Amino acid sequence: MLQFNFMTTHALRHDMPSSIASTESWLALGSATLLLLYGAMRRSPAGALGAIAATPLLYRGITGRWPGFLAGVMPEDTKTALSGERGVRVHESIRLELPVNDVYRFWRRIENLPRFMSHLESVAENPDGRSHWVAVGPGDYRIEWDAEIFNEVENQTIAWRSLPGSDVVSAGSVNFDAVRSGQSTQVSVNLQYAPPAGRAGDLVARLFGRAPTQIVREDLRRLKQLLEAGEVAHARPADDPR
Amino acid sequence: MKAVRYCGAGDIRVEHVPDPQILNPRDAIVKVTATAICGSDLHIYNGYIPTMQTGDILGHEFMGEVVEVGSGNSRLKVGDRVVVPFTIACGRCYFCKEGLWSLCDNSNPNAWMAEKISGYSGSGLFGYSHMYGGYPGGQAEYARVPFADIGPIRVPDSLTDEQVLFLSDIFPTGYMAAENCSIRPGDTIAVWGCGPVGQFAIRSAYLLGAERVIAIDRYPERLALAARGRAETLNYTEVDVLDELRMRTGGQGPDACIDAVGLEAHGTTLDAWYDRIKTSMYLATDRPHVLRQAIGACRKGGTVSIPGVYGGWLDKFPLGAAFAKGLTLKMGQTHMHRYLPSLLARIEHGDIDPSFVITHRVTLDDAPDMYRTFNEKDDKCIKVIIKP
Ligand SMILES: NC(=O)c1ccc[n+]([C@@H]2O[C@H](COP(=O)([O-])OP(=O)(O)OC[C@H]3O[C@@H](n4cnc5c(N)ncnc54)[C@H](O)[C@@H]3O)[C@@H](O)[C@H]2O)c1
Ligand SMILES: [Zn+2]
Ligand SMILES: [Zn+2]
Repeated sequence: MLQFNFMTTHALRHDMPSSIASTESWLALGSATLLLLYGAMRRSPAGALGAIAATPLLYRGITGRWPGFLAGVMPEDTKTALSGERGVRVHESIRLELPVNDVYRFWRRIENLPRFMSHLESVAENPDGRSHWVAVGPGDYRIEWDAEIFNEVENQTIAWRSLPGSDVVSAGSVNFDAVRSGQSTQVSVNLQYAPPAGRAGDLVARLFGRAPTQIVREDLRRLKQLLEAGEVAHARPADDPR
Repeated sequence: MKAVRYCGAGDIRVEHVPDPQILNPRDAIVKVTATAICGSDLHIYNGYIPTMQTGDILGHEFMGEVVEVGSGNSRLKVGDRVVVPFTIACGRCYFCKEGLWSLCDNSNPNAWMAEKISGYSGSGLFGYSHMYGGYPGGQAEYARVPFADIGPIRVPDSLTDEQVLFLSDIFPTGYMAAENCSIRPGDTIAVWGCGPVGQFAIRSAYLLGAERVIAIDRYPERLALAARGRAETLNYTEVDVLDELRMRTGGQGPDACIDAVGLEAHGTTLDAWYDRIKTSMYLATDRPHVLRQAIGACRKGGTVSIPGVYGGWLDKFPLGAAFAKGLTLKMGQTHMHRYLPSLLARIEHGDIDPSFVITHRVTLDDAPDMYRTFNEKDDKCIKVIIKP
């Protein structure tokens, strides 16, 4: 589809100076990755939002992405929902140039999560250890659910899962490893969630270029920016149309 | 404010755009007093840099006066006169701490685009495509500078804008290109391209102790400027470059070769025509004719230093020759922050006056014309500076 798109553009452009190589010349290399990249870039922001809006399961994916999965300790319904064909698994890791304690403490205050998980609006932890999560997508598509931390080892791991009756069934864990003689911390996220439409829905999400893995990777990148550089990199104001 | 915008290949316009705002605590806003057009901007102008969007503000070489600072920036004050390095770096990630500033992990909001192509992303750059962050550039009346507590360098009033502006890119770039040659006394360095980057590479090679520098180009005025920097010159349209270099170095080859031309090399040999045809048919991304030549010319065990920009997958790249001769290849965007204090000191000390490259001084309104002039190398144009 993208390739066809390219051919058309190219044909239309035959009368332009040969120096107009630009993105098209990259495309001519025929790399599937580049075709994808090109597609992603040509897509207008509106188009991209449309694509995302059309796949609410993506948002389920996103919202299901909070950490906290350890096999074997899940309640029955989580286990069933996430088993076999129905579960989507994401695994990502990132290294920060900070001691493990700093990173762990930041993450353990789960109110901080929306600061780098772009699609979360808020997370509130109740005194009983349960938490309430709110995510909002384009067109005010909003979901809320409850979760609990069921395993926690200071400076090592945090694991949580959705509570029975939640809109989103998910479980995940985040591990913190001190590396490079303790100068750095490697953060590894494992998560699993069941999008309402099952694996097919996830496939659609992938087709639109933003696979769940990519979303988690971007979130972790923002975490790193926030903790290392003290701020999340922005090139333009949020209201800039581009 | 007025700004120079990219509106498609070959289409540069000066238009009114909203003033930049502070977006992050470590930001500053600079009122631009001088900015320049770089050879790298010509790659954009000629459509070689993917992920440019219509309306993008160009320019990565700029300096000016600080007019606003973010809440988290305690180093700069309103009124400071600063030169801004073209690479955007946080100063705190692994790469910044290692001095690899142009590879900063935390400054490219669009890192995912670059990752698709390179595996990992370099730093954000001003005015240099969305793949490098989509940051508005400095060919404008004002510019927002991220991580301004770590990048911009304050310059003394005793030096003019023209003397310090090129700390923003081409002086450090030429200097790093020469430094990458690991020059030892007695060495001969060959420099392809006598544009601004080549000119600074020539002078830096001498500053770092080279015995001879051989400069290659075809424009008489550029070769003449190289000669004024004590380089021996060679016009590639008149002689066979490889033969000539071999002759001049007693059959040994230059100890190091600098490719200060990059992906839009011109040439008269068969491979250069091949590149030209292939890129014009969208079948190749770059025209690496100079890089091939530099690898062919370099002595055994020597170094090929590549400040010239390359963008994609190179065709007919003679890795076999590089391997056979045990060459070292060094390249990349300049690690700007590493060089600013010492090169400013060199300017203050009078070791070099970078304003020697300037041939054209214009206002923002003239920018579109000057892109054309500089691209065509008309009017003996070598370096354009814009005073907004
Ligand atoms: N690495 C970095 O951080 C960095 C920074 C700035 C510029 N650059 C790159 O450095 C390169 C040069 O920049 P510039 O501002 O000097 O550009 P420029 O366009 O003024 O100079 C290029 C010169 O190369 C010459 N040339 C072309 N084909 C040649 C050949 N076959 N043999 C010898 N010379 C040849 C041209 O005649 C011209 O004089 C560009 O690729 C630019 O993008 C890199
Ligand atoms: Zn430049
Ligand atoms: Zn950094």
